Amino acid sequence: MVEIVSKTNAAREYITFRIGDQYFCIDIMSVREIRGWTPATTLPRAPGYVRGVINLRGVVLPILDLADRLGFPATEPTARHVIIVAQTGKHVVGLLVDAVSDIINMPADKVQPTPDVGSDAARAFVLGVMAIEDRMISLIALESVMPTPVGEAA
Amino acid sequence: MDPMQAIRDTFFQECEEQLGELETGLLSMQEGSADNETVNAVFRAVHSIKGGAGAFKLDRLVKFAHVFETTLDKIRVGAMLASLPVMKSMLRAADVLADLVTVSRDGGEFDEARSNELIGELNAHREEKAAPQKVEAAAPEPEEDANPFAALGWEPLTISIEAEINEYVIHFRPKPELYAKGNETTRLMRELSRLGALSVQCEIADVPPLANLEPEQSYLAWRATLRSEQDIAAVRAVFEFVDDDCLLDIEKVEPDAEALASEPSAVEGLSDSPAFVAACDDKSGEDCAAAAGDGKAENPPHAAPARETAAKADSAGSTAQNTIRVDLDRVDRLINLVGELVINQAMLTQRVLEAGAVKNASIATGLDDLEHLTREIQESVMAIRAQPVRPLFQRMSRIVREIADATGKNVRLKTEGEGAEVDRTVIERLADPLTHMIRNAVDHGLEKPEARIAAGKPPQGEVKLSAAHKSGRVVIEISDDGRGIDRARVRATALNKGLIPADAVLSDSEIDNLLFLPGFSTAEKITNISGRGVGMDVVKRSIQALGGRISIASRPGLGSTFSMSLPLTLAVLDGMVVRVADQTLVVPLNAILETMKPKASEVHGLGPDRQVIAIRGGFTPLIDVGYELGFRYERSDPMQGVALLIETEGGYRSALMVDSIQDQRQVVIKSLEANYGHVEGIAAATILGDGRIALILDTDAIVSASSGRNSPSDMLLAG
Repeated sequence: MVEIVSKTNAAREYITFRIGDQYFCIDIMSVREIRGWTPATTLPRAPGYVRGVINLRGVVLPILDLADRLGFPATEPTARHVIIVAQTGKHVVGLLVDAVSDIINMPADKVQPTPDVGSDAARAFVLGVMAIEDRMISLIALESVMPTPVGEAA
Repeated sequence: MDPMQAIRDTFFQECEEQLGELETGLLSMQEGSADNETVNAVFRAVHSIKGGAGAFKLDRLVKFAHVFETTLDKIRVGAMLASLPVMKSMLRAADVLADLVTVSRDGGEFDEARSNELIGELNAHREEKAAPQKVEAAAPEPEEDANPFAALGWEPLTISIEAEINEYVIHFRPKPELYAKGNETTRLMRELSRLGALSVQCEIADVPPLANLEPEQSYLAWRATLRSEQDIAAVRAVFEFVDDDCLLDIEKVEPDAEALASEPSAVEGLSDSPAFVAACDDKSGEDCAAAAGDGKAENPPHAAPARETAAKADSAGSTAQNTIRVDLDRVDRLINLVGELVINQAMLTQRVLEAGAVKNASIATGLDDLEHLTREIQESVMAIRAQPVRPLFQRMSRIVREIADATGKNVRLKTEGEGAEVDRTVIERLADPLTHMIRNAVDHGLEKPEARIAAGKPPQGEVKLSAAHKSGRVVIEISDDGRGIDRARVRATALNKGLIPADAVLSDSEIDNLLFLPGFSTAEKITNISGRGVGMDVVKRSIQALGGRISIASRPGLGSTFSMSLPLTLAVLDGMVVRVADQTLVVPLNAILETMKPKASEVHGLGPDRQVIAIRGGFTPLIDVGYELGFRYERSDPMQGVALLIETEGGYRSALMVDSIQDQRQVVIKSLEANYGHVEGIAAATILGDGRIALILDTDAIVSASSGRNSPSDMLLAG
């Protein structure tokens, strides 16, 4: 997706959010809605970053603790935490983050390649970084953070 | 979609319906319980298929349907008796017609020889029964080469007259007042056409040149020929309201075979004359009127012999018009939305209660009404997906015929409760198990005619298929009046195959249930009828996968009954809501045999970390659900919880340990796979009244995970 954008250099909108003291963003086109935290039903034998499933108007929505997924300490969710409902392909997931901060508009050529810091998580989950004022914002590779369910049947 | 393809699809959908009608009709004709209308319905079904097939240039289908139709027509006009051999051929012809439709739709091989054989058979029946009646001779034979007409979707039919048919010639000349009062000739003619075969001719001799034409004057007159069972009063009644505003002359004429036979050509000649000729076919009073309006005479008179029942045909036609075809996806979407509505309504009620606003009587009433309405909406929406089991049963009658032929047995299929409605998916997934059980019933259950006579039974065996609604489920029973289950043989077979120990003490019903064990097949030699590599264990598994249960009752020498109890829909499930390690789970109720509170004296350790529970002398493994699902890392104390005795697909019993039972309720099944994936031990998810998600346990998978066996856990609740 990013390649296509870089060719045309069209500006894209991103939603930025905070996990701990770091800032991240995802393409606004993949965001379906943003809602407050509600307790999730635990899934058996799920990886640690899968917090469980919640009822989103009748849809069974898996909740991913993005902090845990990215290698930070697991989130202790409170009512102030936020779930970003995002879609990749046919799957819809909820990303648990600390807070949503902003919507930014960024031309594709302002997205810089991820600096190599020797972190597997950064390599796998960050598509690129961008600078806004004095912050660095990491663009999350949504497809990569998606869960690989245990014992997935064909 | 390509519009032509869409029309074609509709045609094939309609074919299915017509074939269903055909089969039902033929069966009641065979029973001798058919009236004229049934015969006509059967004829119409074949005729419509032929017409449509012609439009799509399905020549083989047209050819076969044509012979079929011609033969049916003979029966219809009474020139041929619907004797038993004739009906047998007819039913087989219906099977071939169904095959032809399938081949035309999906492609593939067609047994040309069988079709030709039946064409020969039908023709032979026609030859032998064709009584040389005067009427018969007068009637022009339907043209052998039907194609030029079939391409138009219809064709001229045999004209024949039964004695009680009256013929009327009606002269009708409206006065301007008739039009001034808002009456219309078209309506009157349409009304007439309901009484019987109508042929209308417009007389325009009085129409002046355009310059002299008074727009409000009435210049046209009509001459109508009606053949009807009705008496003259009924014909007169049509004009009751316009009597004063027209010149009317109704004359009863003696039907004259000569004149009738020559009529088509006479009318053809007229079509070149200034007179406008319109012909009505069976159900298209509208078309008739339209044709009259267009002033076109492209159709030779289409005098269907079944005129006497045209009115009835109309009413049959209107039932068909009361249905619409809706894409299944739309219905499913609606069902989903209503599911949300129900949950939302429950949540709203809970919130209002929490807020304490319920003291306000009007809010409480409003909530009650809302709940009532949502339930009603849910039920109505679920009913959309429900379909009668009739088509399924009809398919079975064909199966019975084929097996009866192959085994040389004389079998009659009796069906009951075909109107019982079940979810479409349940019906679809019931077809295979049902077919198998019907095959079994005929092949294994029923005796050969000689053996039946020797046993003092009528030579014709009976297989009964019935459906009935019982307490929110549908119960389908297949019973035969054959020899019943040979328990000694069943037991011996089970012993031979090592399915039971040699000293096992088994009750009759336990022996009967051995049939459901995997690897059991009583047929000593594998016949190509029942022995298709699937046993009753597969049947049982398919039924369980639908959330149903199956049981056998058998009396030696008197027959066996298999009865299946199935949920009405797959969208909801009866479940037991339980708590396990602070989690709420739902256990499908159809898996649970009983629940019990284990006593210390009943629980025994087996090996280092496993336990069994003593139930009526046997030992059943205890499975800690919380531990198996990884909700806790220590096995809990069985005495603190509740044991659910369940039976798995293989007939094995296990006791599932849960902490407590909370509720028993219907839950709406939600897919976990859509956004996440399959979770071992979990069949699906559901939403409880508090809006939270609860997981539905896959009991078989839990049991096999616990015993370390791998099993096809996704078999259960796969929908």
